[in-house]
Amino acid sequence: MPRVEKKGTAAKLGKTPTGIHGLDEITGGGLPQGRPTLICGGAGSGKTMLAMTFLEYGARQYNESGVFFSFEETENELATNFASLGYDLTDLIESKKIVVDFVAIERSEIEETGEYDLEGLFIRLGTAIDEIGAKRVVLDTIEALFAGLKDTGILRAELRRLFHWLKARGVTTVITGERGDNTLTRHGLEEYVSDCVILLDHRVSNELATRRLRIIKYRGSSHGNNEYPFNVDEFGISLLPLTSMGLTHKADMERVSSGIQELDNMISGKGYFRGSSILVTGMAGTGKSSVGAHFINAGCERGERCLYFDTEESPGQIIRNMRSIGIDLEKWVKKGLLEFVAARASMRSLEEHLLVLQRKADAFKPSLIVVDAITDFSTMGTGLAVKWMTTRMVDFFKSRGITGIFNSLVTGADIEDSGIGVSSTMDVWMHLVNVTGDLERNRIMYIIKVRGMAHSNQVREFLITNDGVKLMQVYTGPSGALMGSARLAQEAAEKRSALDRKLAMATKQKELLRKRTVLEAQIAGLRAELEGQEAESQRIGEDENEREREIARDKKEMAVKRHVGRTGAAK
Amino acid sequence: MDESKIKSGTTRKFEKALKQADREKYVLKLYVTGMTPRSRIAIRNLKKVCDEYLKGNYELEVIDIYQQPTLAKGEQIIAVPTLIKKLPEPVRRLIGDMSATDRVLLGLDLKPKK
Repeated sequence: MPRVEKKGTAAKLGKTPTGIHGLDEITGGGLPQGRPTLICGGAGSGKTMLAMTFLEYGARQYNESGVFFSFEETENELATNFASLGYDLTDLIESKKIVVDFVAIERSEIEETGEYDLEGLFIRLGTAIDEIGAKRVVLDTIEALFAGLKDTGILRAELRRLFHWLKARGVTTVITGERGDNTLTRHGLEEYVSDCVILLDHRVSNELATRRLRIIKYRGSSHGNNEYPFNVDEFGISLLPLTSMGLTHKADMERVSSGIQELDNMISGKGYFRGSSILVTGMAGTGKSSVGAHFINAGCERGERCLYFDTEESPGQIIRNMRSIGIDLEKWVKKGLLEFVAARASMRSLEEHLLVLQRKADAFKPSLIVVDAITDFSTMGTGLAVKWMTTRMVDFFKSRGITGIFNSLVTGADIEDSGIGVSSTMDVWMHLVNVTGDLERNRIMYIIKVRGMAHSNQVREFLITNDGVKLMQVYTGPSGALMGSARLAQEAAEKRSALDRKLAMATKQKELLRKRTVLEAQIAGLRAELEGQEAESQRIGEDENEREREIARDKKEMAVKRHVGRTGAAK
Repeated sequence: MDESKIKSGTTRKFEKALKQADREKYVLKLYVTGMTPRSRIAIRNLKKVCDEYLKGNYELEVIDIYQQPTLAKGEQIIAVPTLIKKLPEPVRRLIGDMSATDRVLLGLDLKPKK
């Protein structure tokens, strides 16, 4: 049979956004525009809430008014239900955004006397749609007709006609249906709605209920195939699509200090990349929380907002404990830079935890988040579920450019175990260990990996002091690595010997000085002696000359005397 | 359907019910969608029952909800035709073309339930 609507060029399927966080992502924009969508699920799976949200968001966010046909609840009951999600139905009705029609069918009151059709329903729908120019219609749940009317032959024919009619009206319709034993809906509504079918599920495992959503069919559109957990609370419905986030986060080159100088030095001197995810693993009492506290402290000092997501202690306890190591978190709380989300892991399901965190993060807009500790969640679900949750957290943080620290408690010797298999999603992984030896326990830390930068391969002693965390160089020598008091003893010994050396040197220098003085005195003495000798020798010379002169004079005188006697003879 | 058989049977069996019906006036509203063949059949079938069992002690109003669509919501009309017996109490609804006379009588409390 030739199809009338078939045209030469296939127009791209229009989408009507639901406004539900996550659902529009996995459907690639929303529900098929102008077509019916079947939402099926068991009792209490959230069908009506999803339908209400579709109308409320349509009215408030997309300026598309809607019609709500309720087959089960009266207008008053509906208003109460809307209010539980934070929606004001009365206001929506008064402002002509929503028309509600409660369709009451009481089988005991009805006598079927022959052939009929459901034209009354069509007229009511048509009137309601025209009244406010509705673009969205909800039929919740039309299967109630099967309980009210006996002639299923007529009913099925009329339903088929109804869905054609809704399509022809071009309204985007959400039809809810109760899940059957072996069928999607008890009365096989899926036969009539072929464009989009969404299945909701409310499952209890480990004594905690989790809502899940799966798109069974979406004609003419690609969609996410997984089961997506979703949550309903006072903020409405949100979905947690894991795969829809993809791996498209941009990589920031900016660096943020870890708050521990020596640690920054170990990773190229400047700290973590902004937006990276840091895994801190370690056994109980190794100081994981203090790494997070330092990071927060440094962040707040830079004026950045920080969030502490905590599953182990109360905020008061954390503040007290961190004060003991010289970190005052309370002042940051007072300044409004630090907020806590504290809840025992068992308080909510994994999905709810994630949503609470997401909501908080989207409202508070922190640049740093510390999660302490992800391992607590493993009591809540299977290893796979916890891994997914952590991966979603990492994806979420990255999509918001938030730098995250994830603390993870190790119980066994196998450190890979501690990462709950999430280490591959992490950019930085540091490990804290307690080492027992010489009758004491000491903490050491080392970096297992840092993506995208050079980092130290050294094992450091991790000291928690009154003035925060210090990373000490570990002494290595012939007797192996030295830590704790052994290291202190070694330090003291080195200090002592240095002092000794210094003393010895001073003594030696003094001695040398003395010797020098002596020598110099000797030199002065010799010089004096020399001078004496020289004077003596000069004097001797002078005496000799005098004597010679005297001799000469004497000779002369003598000669003179002799000359006198020889004078006559010579005549 | 053998209408004469039903008629003769019911006439005999439910004289008491007829006597009660005599006492109070029936107020009936029939909601139809335009003058379709089905609407006509329904009106014709209903009138026949009324004339036979209520003997003029009734008031029947035929309403076209195409003309008055808001009444469809107000009167909780889904199936068409719908007959609402407003009086005597209790209010009852009959849907269909009124061809099953015994069901019509049942709906109008002219025949007690088995």
